[in-house]
Amino acid sequence: MELFANLALGFSVALSPNTLMLAVVGCILGTIIGALPGLGPSNGVAILIPLSFSLGLDATAALVLMTSVYYGAMYGGRISSILLNIPGDEPAMMTTLDGYPMAKKGQAGNALVLSGVASFVGAFLATIGLMLLAPILARVAFLFGPAEYFALYLLAFCTLGGLGSKNQAKAALSVCLGLGISMIGVDKSTGLTRFTGDNLHLYDGIDFLVAIVGLFAVSEVFIFIESHGKNSSIGVKLEKVTIPFKMIYQTKWTMLRSSIIGFIAGVLPGAGASLGSFLAYMSEKSLAKDKEKFGTGDPRGIAAPEAGNNSAAGGALVPMLTLGVPGSGTTAVLLALLMTLNITPGPLLFTERPEVVWGLIASLLIANIVLLILNVPLVKVFSRVLQVPAAILLPGVTMISFVGIYSLSGSYFDLLLMILFGIVGFFLRKMDIPTVPVILGILLGSHMEVSLRRAMVLSDGDFTYLFSSPISIGLWVAAIIGFIAPIFLRRLLTISK
Amino acid sequence: MSDRIVGLLTLVVALAFFASATQLEMPFFSDPLGPKLFPMLVSGVAMIAGTMMLLNPDAEPEWPVFSTFIKLFITSIILIIYAYTLKPFGFIFPTAVASAAISFQIKPNLTKSIIIGTCLSVILFLIFKFALGLGLFAFPKALIG
Repeated sequence: MELFANLALGFSVALSPNTLMLAVVGCILGTIIGALPGLGPSNGVAILIPLSFSLGLDATAALVLMTSVYYGAMYGGRISSILLNIPGDEPAMMTTLDGYPMAKKGQAGNALVLSGVASFVGAFLATIGLMLLAPILARVAFLFGPAEYFALYLLAFCTLGGLGSKNQAKAALSVCLGLGISMIGVDKSTGLTRFTGDNLHLYDGIDFLVAIVGLFAVSEVFIFIESHGKNSSIGVKLEKVTIPFKMIYQTKWTMLRSSIIGFIAGVLPGAGASLGSFLAYMSEKSLAKDKEKFGTGDPRGIAAPEAGNNSAAGGALVPMLTLGVPGSGTTAVLLALLMTLNITPGPLLFTERPEVVWGLIASLLIANIVLLILNVPLVKVFSRVLQVPAAILLPGVTMISFVGIYSLSGSYFDLLLMILFGIVGFFLRKMDIPTVPVILGILLGSHMEVSLRRAMVLSDGDFTYLFSSPISIGLWVAAIIGFIAPIFLRRLLTISK
Repeated sequence: MSDRIVGLLTLVVALAFFASATQLEMPFFSDPLGPKLFPMLVSGVAMIAGTMMLLNPDAEPEWPVFSTFIKLFITSIILIIYAYTLKPFGFIFPTAVASAAISFQIKPNLTKSIIIGTCLSVILFLIFKFALGLGLFAFPKALIG
């Protein structure tokens, strides 16, 4: 019953005309951002966060706008996967495997509608899962002390790093880089300045939004200038769009199974939507009797990854809201948004600010329906976005990033830092050093340090305190497995090939 | 080779970070391990990661050709100049020049780049100023008084 009361509260927030309008605007913007090749949900949300502040929105409204953009971008990512064979974002990569061949067979419209419906099923089920699981996890989180939180942050870094790169040393390096940056500035508990080089601009530390926009958006501009012209694939023309009811009906179990797999992958801290779509596709393929059809334009090969990745996007919100630990790159960016709005995610959020949490959940449900309505009949309109030439798009992205960061602080130093992060981001990406752990390190570094130091105060400097409860031991074990397992899995995969 | 260089660089920076952390003064009211512990732990992990990259490098990444590097260098310089000119020169002029220059890097067509730069700058200014209500100035303050 409590659930319905909470949901009623949520809908009372979400159905106000202003919030509803923001959800619709967010969905449209998100779908466009997702569809633009190379500009994924994390980039899109990163660029828009600074601007959402300048609108002077309250916490719930800003959150609704940005999560609608997030969900919208997850939907939009499939459009360029199917029509151009270029994934709009990383999780949409699996959709190219069957989406593009299907489009080449002249069924582009069917592929787009089917993937839209699969996205809806995945995201809708994940939102239901979020409603059921988040309050339970929030209650468990009350049992967490500093030692458990320290282990939890470690788990997030290990799984995100472990999956983010082919080389664990590079993943660890990227986490350390983020943590190191988070330590720059005044140490809050002692008032000492650390690693500032006596530069006054650095006393407040480095704003994570500057780092996020630099690493994601500005580096994208560099990557694009470098790779321009290389991946120009031939686009498929979209003729007529009809609703393929038979295809949707045939793939109903695929969508359901993939949503569940995706949700679980999303809930795991650090794993995220790419893993969700990958696991969903692979498990459908292994369940199928006619495996050889996958990769040639099989509807199941579209329904599975789309349901999986959108469900994982919802699942990733569970650890972000209840524990303050994001489950993916984009939720890391959303966590940055929450922190700038002075909302501390964690178990207390559910009791102290229920209107924020349930308002968000209700608007996710609404955003989903809006997205389905937008994406099925209007898919042709959105596919036009693909024709925006890069010579217009990239300067636009750059200028929006600059104005966003400039409007936050009005300081040219932040702009220079953002450019520096862009250059560093370019080199990191070229060298297969993942950038998301850097962001996560900057975001969570101070929390992780506070947990460690509190644990040391409680135990009077005894390190064994960090492994003293069953929960923390479990988290440590999971962290180690999460970091090491991908090495063995990769070896197994190469041997079986 | 790139991995080895970055590994070595990581090792040096992490050592410097570690050394700098040990120099931090411990205030007497601090917690048992104070502000030193965490930086020391993190730099320790970074040193291990750097050593691993130094000893066991991946295959060489595909670096851009020299002319592309020049392009990237020019883009960075444009962005830096843009950062310095945004405040004193107002929004429209620096934005138009910077967008045109970036556009030119992607598609070297001078007329088109200038048109794109000018249009982008004006459209973005109108959106930022009137739809989002940002406190931007279109032209240098000296000009508009």
